[in-house]
Amino acid sequence: MQENSILDYNNKMKIDINKIAKLANLKLLDKEKIVFEKQLEEILKYIEKLNTINTTNVIETSQVTNLTNVTKEDSISNSLKENEALSQSKNKSDSFFQVDAIFE
Amino acid sequence: MMDNQIKSNLTIKKAKSLLEKREISSVEITKEYLSKSNKLNPKLNAYITIDEKNALKKANKADIAYKNGENLPLLGIPIALKDLFLTKGLKTTASSKLLENYVPQYDATVVKKLTDVGAIIIGKLNCDAWAHGSSGENSDYGVARNPWNTEYIPGGSSSGSAVAVASDMCIASTGTDTGGSIRLPAGFCNVVGLKPTYGRVSRYGIIAMASSLDSIGHFTKTVEDSSLLLNITAGKDDKDATTFDTPTEYFEKKINDSLKGIKIGLPKEYFNSSLDKNIKNAIDKALAFYSKSGAEIIEISLPHTEYSIACYYIIQPAEVSSNLARYDGIRYGKTRECFGEEAKRRIILGTFTLSAGYYDAYYKKAMQVRTLIKQDFEKAFEKVNAIITPTSPSLPWKIGDKTDDPLKMYLSDIYTVTANLAGIPGISIPAGFCNDLPIGMQILGPHFSENLLFNLGHQYEINHEWYKIQPKI
Repeated sequence: MQENSILDYNNKMKIDINKIAKLANLKLLDKEKIVFEKQLEEILKYIEKLNTINTTNVIETSQVTNLTNVTKEDSISNSLKENEALSQSKNKSDSFFQVDAIFE
Repeated sequence: MMDNQIKSNLTIKKAKSLLEKREISSVEITKEYLSKSNKLNPKLNAYITIDEKNALKKANKADIAYKNGENLPLLGIPIALKDLFLTKGLKTTASSKLLENYVPQYDATVVKKLTDVGAIIIGKLNCDAWAHGSSGENSDYGVARNPWNTEYIPGGSSSGSAVAVASDMCIASTGTDTGGSIRLPAGFCNVVGLKPTYGRVSRYGIIAMASSLDSIGHFTKTVEDSSLLLNITAGKDDKDATTFDTPTEYFEKKINDSLKGIKIGLPKEYFNSSLDKNIKNAIDKALAFYSKSGAEIIEISLPHTEYSIACYYIIQPAEVSSNLARYDGIRYGKTRECFGEEAKRRIILGTFTLSAGYYDAYYKKAMQVRTLIKQDFEKAFEKVNAIITPTSPSLPWKIGDKTDDPLKMYLSDIYTVTANLAGIPGISIPAGFCNDLPIGMQILGPHFSENLLFNLGHQYEINHEWYKIQPKI
């Protein structure tokens, strides 16, 4: 696999929609899967045009105004009270958020 | 009693002067705007929530404050917020059914700044759900309608924000701009829309779309009002590490400067065959004005322009998929089945491009192209002070025209996404009409050059006054 190349994936551009939906924690309807698969392939095909640009040695821009290592004083400030934090949840037990068991 | 002529069609500046002279009360203005909003909303669908009770309570307080000799920059002025801005105790939906019952426990920094200086929040405005869209049609609460022709889209994602100001349902409104979501609807509705420099205004407490691109701005009737609002919202916030400790600038003081010697760049890539001829004519006329005012017009090139949408549609959905991962229905909101179609599409696309084996080919590649797009602007700004383009290559389109073709919809942002990728500020100002539909002109400048944008925008505006033309609704 050559680095920086989208075209390498050209022949197997088909998206495994079930795998991606699982990664994204989304339950999709069968008809959504069919539509999305087609639309996403069109979008990815359009995106391929980036591959015509040579980006060897180009540094990525992730912070556009060039900030690095922003720090602030590590001081205590006000935070939400327990009842406020819980106020929007339907899944709570006493003063806890309640979630499904993770371990059997 | 004041007649309605005085109570409506107000700018911030005009309203403030009437309030200060006590020629009108905040309760009178607020009542007028509430009644107009209640009357027009069934037709235009700009508001999701109208907060009549609290608005009137605050207006009363503002009047008492004026009587006591107090004064604040927005004391008693009714404004409205895109429904992405968290408001303590007031429902905030992001125009998604997933958050239809969500009542925030705190205010966004910008909301706090605006209300601290006396602004009255009269309601929360419709938008594309999660700010995903260019037309307003992705709202789970129905499309907001363009007041210039209700069969047409108002532009998105900050659709209701543009509609409400254009139809005078509020004096000003807030918006968010990740790829054009303020400038595009401003252009389509004949109002002024500002996307500040990335990091100029705090994002804290505003529902995140794509964090490396999100910019917080606003809609006003005039450029002067836009500068007034930025003076309030801008500044360092410890709760958003990307904000800047720039000195307090009096943005509105620069707007009357002479334009003599200012160099304006025209990127040739934006004036190609896909640009509507009528829009091109309107921009040409504006350029003739600038030229007459002593500015120099110079053709420039932004060679990577044609790659901007492809670059944006990797970076943005990737960050969307990450930001929307938090909505699990546990601490607040409903479960993930409640995401609408567009949010699901972007989550899937973003999850795919970030997934193992594809990251380098997509996200990393896009971030490298982003560098080249940013460098295009840096090189251009060595030659010119500002850049002028149309806000959109086309006029507003009919509701439904692009909804079946996501890629076609995405391409509507072709003139606006570049500013987000480069982090630079942009303003869309009214530049005329074609077939009774508004045309927007975009002015772009280097990082933190908002003063120059206001200067250029204001000089054009006072000589053309397109904002004084009102939609018939």
